[in-house]
Amino acid sequence: METLERIIQEHPFFAGLGDEFMDLVSGCASNVRFAKDAYIFREGQAANTFYLVREGNVSLEIYAPQRKPIVVATVGVGEVLGWSWLLPPYEWKFNAHATANTRAIALDGKCLREKCEKNHDLGYEFLKRFAQIVVNRLEATRFQLLDVYSAQK
Amino acid sequence: MTAAAAQLDAMVPCPGVVRQVAKDTPDTFTLTVSRENEREQNAFKPGQFSMLWMFGVGEVPISISGDPANCDQLTYTVRSVGKTTEALVSHKPGMSIGIRGPFGTGWPMEAARGREVVIVAGGIGLAPLRPAIYEVLNHRDLYGRLVLLYGARSPRELLYRKELAAWARQPNTQVLVTVDYGGLGWHGNVGVVTTLFKSAKLQPANSIAMICGPEIMMRFVTRQLGECGVTTESTYLSMERNMQCAVGFCGHCQYGPHFICKDGPVFPYAKIRPLLDKHEL
Amino acid sequence: MTAAEKPRNRHPRVRGVKPAPERALPLSASSTRVSAAAAPALAAQPPATEAFSARHDARARAMPAARLGELFQALVARGFEIVGPTARDGAIVYDRISGVSDLPAGWTDEQEAGHYRLIRRNDQALFGYVVGPQSWKKYLHPAEVKLFAAERQSGAFRILNNETKPAPRAFIGVRACELAAMKIQDRVLLADKYTDPIYAARREGVFIVAAQCTQSAATCFCASMGTGPQVKGGFDLRLTELLDGAHQFLIEAGSERGEQVLLEFETTPAGDSELRQAEAAVEKAARDQVRSIDQDGIKELLYQNFNSPRWDDVAARCLTCANCTMVCPTCFCTSVEDVTDVTGDHAERWRRWDSCFTLNFSHIHGGSIRVSSKARYRQWMTHKLAAWIDQFGSSGCTGCGRCITWCPAGIDITEEVRAMREGDTHGNA
Repeated sequence: METLERIIQEHPFFAGLGDEFMDLVSGCASNVRFAKDAYIFREGQAANTFYLVREGNVSLEIYAPQRKPIVVATVGVGEVLGWSWLLPPYEWKFNAHATANTRAIALDGKCLREKCEKNHDLGYEFLKRFAQIVVNRLEATRFQLLDVYSAQK
Repeated sequence: MTAAAAQLDAMVPCPGVVRQVAKDTPDTFTLTVSRENEREQNAFKPGQFSMLWMFGVGEVPISISGDPANCDQLTYTVRSVGKTTEALVSHKPGMSIGIRGPFGTGWPMEAARGREVVIVAGGIGLAPLRPAIYEVLNHRDLYGRLVLLYGARSPRELLYRKELAAWARQPNTQVLVTVDYGGLGWHGNVGVVTTLFKSAKLQPANSIAMICGPEIMMRFVTRQLGECGVTTESTYLSMERNMQCAVGFCGHCQYGPHFICKDGPVFPYAKIRPLLDKHEL
Repeated sequence: MTAAEKPRNRHPRVRGVKPAPERALPLSASSTRVSAAAAPALAAQPPATEAFSARHDARARAMPAARLGELFQALVARGFEIVGPTARDGAIVYDRISGVSDLPAGWTDEQEAGHYRLIRRNDQALFGYVVGPQSWKKYLHPAEVKLFAAERQSGAFRILNNETKPAPRAFIGVRACELAAMKIQDRVLLADKYTDPIYAARREGVFIVAAQCTQSAATCFCASMGTGPQVKGGFDLRLTELLDGAHQFLIEAGSERGEQVLLEFETTPAGDSELRQAEAAVEKAARDQVRSIDQDGIKELLYQNFNSPRWDDVAARCLTCANCTMVCPTCFCTSVEDVTDVTGDHAERWRRWDSCFTLNFSHIHGGSIRVSSKARYRQWMTHKLAAWIDQFGSSGCTGCGRCITWCPAGIDITEEVRAMREGDTHGNA
């Protein structure tokens, strides 16, 4: 059976993270499971965890009155779910809806935030990685906004 | 076909009979047409297009979207966006349309032999790529792995859904589909087509990529392919401009020094890379 | 020679209605166009007429201007419809002419950017002007032509083949720049992937009576383009008008057909002084040119200046009226229109001149690509001077100056090139 540490180490998000940091990180990690249709977190809740998806699929949804929830993106195997834990106000902006049985590594955001405050080098490593995720998301979102497939009249 | 007949076929529409009109999405239809003359006139290369003429209404360039191995008919997937395409999709079986062609350059099927074929399609861009997919599946051992990345606006606008599922079941084949806007009942990927790349297991050193979709989409995709290690020389795009004569005389389809109708529509990315980011070219 | 006898010497650039050499469609996406390397060879191929002396030599004949009508008669007798210059509506245009009396004798044209006037000469020169708003594409690549007709019966249609072959024509007074323009259009419409049967039918068998320019307008720049004023080939007969002393014409054959026509009326061998006079007049016409385009590296210049601020400058002046494309002898763009009669059972497809200056020219579903006037002017100029070289192996411009004269805003293509060179916005691509 794989140790949590090895699973984390092998996840693409943590590629290149030195051993000295791995200990700090694994101390905040745990295995979690979500049944199909469970809500992993909801908009407005305190954001204190992020997840490395190992199996399954998660939809990021927004609820709008008079409409069914709108899926704005999906997060799959090998991807990272949630970055609102890293920066204030530490609050989720979307709902995370498991659309299949989902297994993930949950990382305690509160615990990690404290460690990052004490160890700025660790903090920098996290911010670099999250910055990349956010940038990728932003570009993809801008592309999505263009609605390139619509028939323009 | 004699050279003279080929020349004539290029200039004057040849009558064809509509055999079937199937609705793919709310605004897209697939027409199957048979030609009254010899079957050899139906030969085409994946990526080529025909000029379809509606009696007294007008002519439009439509990519051939059918199986190149089928010589009995020609298949076209048409999106109804204006007066002429609306007339085209309103045809009923038994009616005649005029066909000129086929025209243009095709996908690099010969160069693709022995290589991993990566097909990236956006929206109706899957239509001119479908013949390339058929070609690979019809001659499976001539080609390496087949990877299809397909993005559409919403689940309702996905083309060829049954075939997508069938292709996914083929050996040595990966089919990944995404939509910009999901909905209840859609359990697949939501996000632009570039988000599929992380799940595509590519062998970039031996890949050949064929891309078709809106120009913005193709620019994002070529960038992403580059980041994945697929070379510029191995990437091909299908471009679109206003085409009227399809024989390089009316001048409308010029894209820089290239005539899309005869130098394209399929271009090696290396050839048009410097033109893609020029505004109003 | 009977009128029915088919002219034996065809123009070397025309292959008749036979299609261009069949090129197998490649499986790869590489261009099937004649490569730029091969194309200059095609364009530079000397027509067979060069063998018949492009220079003035002992074969040159002379005749008094008063007897020029005999040339017309000889051509009419052979069944040619004569088309030539005539003065109408304040300009010298091309039309059917019945005789020498229709020529604009004693008129010249004063041309400048956005300016054209007919001015009286103090002699009776028959070709004492240069080029007007029309070019020979009026006949070879007509402004409006029916491509085909079709009729429909119970859902099925058939194409009706009712082409009418145009009458054989003789063009009188074709200038060097115009011959160059024909050669350029031959390359585009006959010698590329496909052949235009309409152009081919009209080009085939045209009898060309060229006239060497013995003066230049202020808007002419054929010398810098290498297209004139000397007429070097592609003609059946070449006229050079001599006005010093006796009013006469130097007349030379450039083809077998031309030689035969020349035998039908009386001429005398040209003397040395006549030859020298002609040569001097043509040389003077070249020297008198005040405009020019420096062709050196012009393709790269235009390609690299795609984002030059100079385009905004031109755009502020350009009305996108499309005059330049209408008067340009090499512009070939057309659009098609499908029409039906009232019953809807008879349809026709017509082809008309179009212009890249129109907003609709680059329209695809969703809108046009070239919306701004800047983009459209840039497209025209870049195509004419640069992309044409990549497409067809030569410049698309013959230096005739019509676009300068007929632009209502007086935009001068030679000035735009000069400004672009001097602005030198290299690396601004």
